[in-house]
Amino acid sequence: MTTVKEREAIASEFAEKMNEDELLNCMRCGFCLPHCPTYIESGLKESYSPRGRIALMKAVTDGLIEPDEDVERSLSLCLGCRACEPVCPSGVKYGHLLEEARDIIHQNKDHSFPVKTIRKAVFSGLFPHQERMQNMTSLLGFYQRSGLQYIARKTGVLSMLPDHLATMEKVLPKVPTKSEMKKRPTDLPSIGPVLKKVAFFSGCLMDTMFLETNKATLKLLQLAGCEIVIPKSQACCGALHGHSGEKEGAKRLAKRNIEAFEADEVDYIITNAGGCGAFLIDYDHLLQDEPTWHERAIAFTNKLKDISEILVDLRFHEKTRLKLPAQTVTFQDSCHLRNVMNTSIAPRILLQAIEGIDFREMKDADRCCGSAGIYNIVESEMSMKILDTKMAHTKSTQADIVVTANPGCLLQMQLGIEREKMGDCTKAVHIADLLVEAAAL
Amino acid sequence: MITKPVKQLLLSIVGPENYDDSKVECLVYSYDATPGYQAMPDAVIKPGCTAEVSDIVKVCSEYKIPIVPRGSGTNLSGGTCPMEGGLVLLFNRMNSLLEIDEENLTATVQPGLITLDLISAVEAKGLFYPPDPSSMKISTIGGNINENSGGLRGLKYGVTRDYVIGLEVVLPNGDIIHTGGKLAKDVAGYDLTKLMVGSEGTLGIVTEAILKLIPTPETTKTMLALYQDLDAAAQSVAKIISNKIIPVTLEFLDRPTLVVVEDFAKIGLPTDVEAVLLIEQDGPLEVVERDMKRMADICLEEKAVSVEIAETEADAAALKTARRTALSALARLKPTTILEDATVPRSEIAKMVRAINEIASKHDVNICTFGHAGDGNLHPTCITDARDHDEMERVELAFADIFAAAIDLGGTITGEHGVGAMKAPYLEWKLKKEGVAAMTAIKQAFDPNNIMNPGKIFAKESRKRVVVSS
Ligand SMILES: Cc1cc2nc3c(=O)[nH]c(=O)nc-3n(C[C@H](O)[C@H](O)[C@H](O)COP(=O)(O)OP(=O)(O)OC[C@H]3O[C@@H](n4cnc5c(N)ncnc54)[C@H](O)[C@@H]3O)c2cc1C
Ligand code: SF4
Ligand code: SF4
Repeated sequence: MTTVKEREAIASEFAEKMNEDELLNCMRCGFCLPHCPTYIESGLKESYSPRGRIALMKAVTDGLIEPDEDVERSLSLCLGCRACEPVCPSGVKYGHLLEEARDIIHQNKDHSFPVKTIRKAVFSGLFPHQERMQNMTSLLGFYQRSGLQYIARKTGVLSMLPDHLATMEKVLPKVPTKSEMKKRPTDLPSIGPVLKKVAFFSGCLMDTMFLETNKATLKLLQLAGCEIVIPKSQACCGALHGHSGEKEGAKRLAKRNIEAFEADEVDYIITNAGGCGAFLIDYDHLLQDEPTWHERAIAFTNKLKDISEILVDLRFHEKTRLKLPAQTVTFQDSCHLRNVMNTSIAPRILLQAIEGIDFREMKDADRCCGSAGIYNIVESEMSMKILDTKMAHTKSTQADIVVTANPGCLLQMQLGIEREKMGDCTKAVHIADLLVEAAAL
Repeated sequence: MITKPVKQLLLSIVGPENYDDSKVECLVYSYDATPGYQAMPDAVIKPGCTAEVSDIVKVCSEYKIPIVPRGSGTNLSGGTCPMEGGLVLLFNRMNSLLEIDEENLTATVQPGLITLDLISAVEAKGLFYPPDPSSMKISTIGGNINENSGGLRGLKYGVTRDYVIGLEVVLPNGDIIHTGGKLAKDVAGYDLTKLMVGSEGTLGIVTEAILKLIPTPETTKTMLALYQDLDAAAQSVAKIISNKIIPVTLEFLDRPTLVVVEDFAKIGLPTDVEAVLLIEQDGPLEVVERDMKRMADICLEEKAVSVEIAETEADAAALKTARRTALSALARLKPTTILEDATVPRSEIAKMVRAINEIASKHDVNICTFGHAGDGNLHPTCITDARDHDEMERVELAFADIFAAAIDLGGTITGEHGVGAMKAPYLEWKLKKEGVAAMTAIKQAFDPNNIMNPGKIFAKESRKRVVVSS
């Protein structure tokens, strides 16, 4: 429930803070509609479309309607996949509008005690602290290794979880041990002549649960001719905060990262998680109201590059023999990598360079898989609808491997495979892991 | 106003999942792509079949509740803005392609079908449905029929009207009628099919349509002619037609439009010329090649700085797609984009373009022009900001002048976007009192209670006709 007082506060902040020009830029042509997953899966509900959401934000800003539960519902059901942006001829920056709106709503809501506690734990307690992320991941590791997982599965306590969460439990990767996580090097030499010096953004989830993928990424960079630094004081990118209406928290993390990456002179800052990359590349927008930081943010974002882009730039795929047993491979775009970082061709070039694989494009590969941060947990119904459509398209490629470029998408695709009971014939992998395998490293 | 008992009646027809009167749902259907029009409906309803539509209409007719049928709301005349409240009627659930009949060359569709989905399905069978409004990715067939939409291929193939051969319509009293059919010939009585096309939801609700298909042309070629002079481009259009060549497409874009379109589409359009013509021809290969050569020669004679034929199909498609985004891309320049639809005989294109430019500078407003030059249908588009009231007044005056100029050149106030609410006050300029009276009589006969999309086409008051100075 939103109280009258909360509504009033939200409405007045909308009027004050929302970017009116951007709201007016939407000329309501509707070109974005056919690209919006929530619009499609909801049976073409205009209030779950980008055009509808912009109209609602504008109406609240103009004082035409109150920010009631339905407005909130419409906004919280948005995946934030930003598929509506590249197709918008008017160039409306939808993502920025959404972020601002969510921030206003959350900051002015007196959340219920459990929600508050969870939000606080996640946004202030957990994600900004790599140490704690490691601890939490170790807990999962303990669960997996100690036999608890076995017991939990056997006794059926998992069936007390909602269906898809129980399934999610099954697909979580085998996590590394704490000491493995701590043994992270800070400098790595290039293998062969040095072509570029890069800094690696290790990410919080990527550096704990997906440590193997990070290792693979580093290996690829070294092989492509990169000397690597991994700034120790870097932090979580802040995407989860930014997308959940915790803008201040996101700003704090952004500043820490900018500082951390200013320490070394590098040509590029490399990411291997589309979701993080897209948030990092938007730091200049996040910090636009703080002049000195804004400039530093621009310098930071100008250096950002996804792993697949730099590999293609350095012609890794031409210089290295990539080979795998004969199999069919398809690629699921990470929305943020594609729609915000503008990377969609490079991963395909790399995959097609692998001998032995038959690359098959799936229908609507650019459509969100429904993972979207914690969306698949908080909006599970819509998320699973979106995932079902995605799996139908995956199936029709008859792919043995679904390649992804973001941890969230990877887990979601694994979840989809598990739900469809396709596990025997299909698996999902991160592109870095596949490339390392193909390079026989 | 929809009272509780009436709501109950409507709910019993469509069920609670298909009726919504929440603020949010009403708000998102309170506007369409037309700037400056917004009004809240009382509720939104989604019928699943013709019988349900008929039942809804009967209730509305009895209780005098306005009905605004709505496709995707892409019309640019305020046609779906529920100015007098009432029900917005959606076709989201009635969006099937019912049949493609390859023997009779027809397609039977429900009104909510997206135009592009029809075109793709038809093309997959080696057939051709020519009307291709720039909004086709999102517009619905029901909307196309009711606006009589045209598109890039209109010059050679005509507009939606030329392809609608049969309709199922729910009349404002709830009666269901069938007009026309799969027949190539039918002269039984008045042509109600054609009357319905372009009626903007004011005479009845289209619930099914039979569309004519034609064989796909063998080849298509696309070229771009660049000009440093607007007049030269306009002259080329007139000369191509007077040389008895009818290309499929003959589109015009001026420089400001080119710049923004390139900014969005990034396909390497020239941005240092004053105007371009996008020209396309289709048909048997020899004919296409001959026509393209002659048109290229004509353009060069008329001082085109260069003429280039697209090498690949992908290049040609990119050019057309870019042209289709012209309007929305213009919206990048300033918050409010008001597009008009003045149409003149082809021979008068050059004069009209010149008049538009003079009117823009006379009223000190920023107008970009693009459009279907080949059929005389121009889209002077004003780039402005609705918050600047002074400027908005000048924009109104400028558009009034533009309509007047078009009519003086033997043209009309709209070539494809409909009269709607936006141009209703100008209708009399074109039709005169007697013409409007004839149309009002038709409206009265069909819809005595005036429940079908009220406030559209017919204005309470007409504008005074000003005399254009230029
Ligand atoms: C960017 C852009 C480009 C455009 N380009 C073109 C173009 O090239 N050519 C062109 O002709 N137009 C163009 N248009 C205008 C518009 O797209 C067309 O008029 C289109 O046909 C409208 O379709 P719609 O489904 O959005 O209908 P709507 O806008 O929803 O409705 C249009 C009218 O039809 C009525 N209506 C809709 N469905 C029914 C039904 N089943 N029964 C009875 N009445 C009904 C509505 O009441 C309304 O009066 C463009 C618009 C935009 C925004
Ligand atoms: S495509 Fe852009 S301008 Fe058009 S409705 Fe969507 S957001 Fe608005
Ligand atoms: S961000 Fe994605 S889900 Fe949200 S409105 Fe845009 S396309 Fe739809």
